[in-house]
Amino acid sequence: MKLKVLYFAALREQVGRDAEELDVPAEVATVAALRGHLRARGGAWAEALADGKLLRMAVNQDMAQPGAALGPGDEVAFFPPVTGG
Amino acid sequence: MRISVQREDFDAGAEIRALSRDSRVGAVASFVGVVREVAMTLEHYPGMTERALRRIVEEAGSRWRVTDCTVVHRYGPLQPGEQIVLVVVASAHRGEAFAACEFIMDYLKTRAPFWKKERGPEGERWVEARACDDSAAERWQPRIAESKKLG
Repeated sequence: MKLKVLYFAALREQVGRDAEELDVPAEVATVAALRGHLRARGGAWAEALADGKLLRMAVNQDMAQPGAALGPGDEVAFFPPVTGG
Repeated sequence: MRISVQREDFDAGAEIRALSRDSRVGAVASFVGVVREVAMTLEHYPGMTERALRRIVEEAGSRWRVTDCTVVHRYGPLQPGEQIVLVVVASAHRGEAFAACEFIMDYLKTRAPFWKKERGPEGERWVEARACDDSAAERWQPRIAESKKLG
């Protein structure tokens, strides 16, 4: 399944990229599964996406819970809690 | 409704006047956020940010009688004293205009994808989200539960 994955702010700096196109196995069916899939890259990825890290996720530009389902072509974003205003 | 996420500064007076022209409007409440002591750079998520702001304003419109609303939020490098964000809410009466304006700011703080990176004398650092911003947004929640109960 092809996905577009985006990273913002401190997380973007930690993993050293702002976006990537990914082709993930079918079992990567939720946002939480994708987080685990990326964490398995190890190094900075394991640290930045560790379970204890407070992160927000969005699917197709709407805030999403970890259990949110993913579909082909989805745009998934990972980022720290927001600090605008 | 007008939502703008932009680099450029804004003219709060002009935005307020623009929402005051409608003859149904008896109250215009506004909020301007300003950079305090430390210079910063604001990052956002193009597309989602506008979408999140639109949703927040729509939510305000479902809770109060809002005649019109403008939200302008800047991104990019900002110096102390510069304006960051503007919310203008026009309504028939002040109570609804004040409440909707405060609600929009509280929700914007916790739901709109912006991130501040401060540039102080000791270098750069990402601003941490504050728990008090979460509780400010949460205090509007019981109204949702109540309105659902009332069906």
